Amino acid sequence: MSVLVYTESEEGKFKKVAFEVASYAKAVADQMGTTVTALTINANDVSELGTYGVDKVLKVNDSKLDMFNAKTYANVIKQAAEKEGTKVVVVSSSADSKYLAPLLAVGLDAGYASNVVEAPTSASPFTVKRTAFTNKAFNFSTIDTDVKIVGVSKNAFGLKENSASAAAEDFAPSIPENGVHVESVDKAKNTVTIADAEIVVSGGRGLKGPENWGMVEELAEVLGAATACSKPVSDLGWRPHSEHVGQTGKPVAANLYIAIGISGAIQHLAGINASKVKVVINSDPEAPFFKAADYGVVGDAFEVVPKLIEKLKEFKAQNA
Amino acid sequence: MKILVCISHVPDTTSKINFTDGDTKFDTNGVQFVINPNDEFGLTRAMWFKEKQGATVDVINVGGPETEPTLRKALAIGADTAIRVNTPATDGFAVAKQLANVVKDGGYDLIIAGRESIDYNGGMVPGMLAELLGANFVTNCISLEVDGTNAKAVREIDGGKETVSTTLPLVIGGQKGLVEESDLRIPNMRGIMQARQKPLSVVEPVDATKETTTVKFEKPEAKGAVKLISPDNLDELVNLLHNEAKVI
Repeated sequence: MSVLVYTESEEGKFKKVAFEVASYAKAVADQMGTTVTALTINANDVSELGTYGVDKVLKVNDSKLDMFNAKTYANVIKQAAEKEGTKVVVVSSSADSKYLAPLLAVGLDAGYASNVVEAPTSASPFTVKRTAFTNKAFNFSTIDTDVKIVGVSKNAFGLKENSASAAAEDFAPSIPENGVHVESVDKAKNTVTIADAEIVVSGGRGLKGPENWGMVEELAEVLGAATACSKPVSDLGWRPHSEHVGQTGKPVAANLYIAIGISGAIQHLAGINASKVKVVINSDPEAPFFKAADYGVVGDAFEVVPKLIEKLKEFKAQNA
Repeated sequence: MKILVCISHVPDTTSKINFTDGDTKFDTNGVQFVINPNDEFGLTRAMWFKEKQGATVDVINVGGPETEPTLRKALAIGADTAIRVNTPATDGFAVAKQLANVVKDGGYDLIIAGRESIDYNGGMVPGMLAELLGANFVTNCISLEVDGTNAKAVREIDGGKETVSTTLPLVIGGQKGLVEESDLRIPNMRGIMQARQKPLSVVEPVDATKETTTVKFEKPEAKGAVKLISPDNLDELVNLLHNEAKVI
């Protein structure tokens, strides 16, 4: 009956979203009067999950699972759910979890709600609030099946500490073969990804050319932020597609989003709207972004950004 | 190769989103509907296969008669035939089951859907469809090559990309990157004229219970006014971000 949460790790260490989904699972378990079981795949130390309310950990360690495979992972989660008699499975909104969740839904004959931003508003009927229309609205949905899957939006529920035992138990599911084989993974090392970043610094066409991105990167470095860009910038080839954020690009749900030289087309704003605090730097006071932002600086980015970098460096030095 | 492209009929990306009937229904008044952008990248890639490697391209939508202009647009872009499953798209699972029923008898080698629709953003139809069919599945797909029954695809992952090999039959959750924005095609007059003559068949739905129900919509709270900071007083911005917003 316990709530099952899939807590993702990378190279043995939990991703930050693992603690957020664990916190969420704890809230659901409290509503339903049950406990939280976490499933880990090739994670090393699982004790930290106790801090976020996990009572029990099903610990899977198998080298056949070193490489993420959606179908195989979905099958492993299904086996864990069946073993626990789970009625609610909680997953994150990472690219991997969004890939496996629909497969798991078919496997468990479970209704699945993605992009959920709050603890269920009601346990019966099981009702969740999720974003729709690319952050332009929310919808409340009931999940009508016996087994339910909730995909939690990043940075929406947050971390909630709840001390629990996180008693670990080795779990050895069967690991089926399947028809998709990973040939290679190309992942930037030591840079913050847009998905994981707490702060995102984004540049638009107002920066005039790819040669001017040095200050964007420097600002990002000072803040420990990821870099991103608007759609025209990626269409022009100034920056890689992987940095394009907006409705048809990546969604951003950061704590702080800084837009430099981005006018704020409705599609761009939709994609970044889930971010908590938005700052815009633009020379055009009429730019629509000023209506969506919390803080704005009307000024030439080529003067404002270098000054801001200096101010932030001073701030960091004082608060180090 | 026989390709099926799943087309979602969605409000144009610039649409203002409003609701009616006590916030239980999407207000279509004055809204322009388009091919879901993620699906359009897939359709354009399908046209490339048709022209370069030889393929037939069918398009399908689950929805009422109001979605037919969107299917006609896909025909005008170059798809050969269109299928509409005559039932409202209630939730992702129900749509996937309707699609699976058509695909089962269709003998398709490659099914391309968008990674998600831009209206409900469920991101579940392609995966559910693949699993219902027992077909291979790659989502967030930014590159796809097919050679015989072998396929090579690139998936966008958090912070990078992953190259996978797989085999047909295959379901793809497509997105930008599958083709470039500049490769997208605007139907020309000849295409539009031809599209009128192309077959658009309406098939009746199978029984498929939905598993989730939308009970209500809500719009985000109106935001307060922006606080403007002078470019000569950036200390104040740093101060506000630290002490007021508490994000640095």
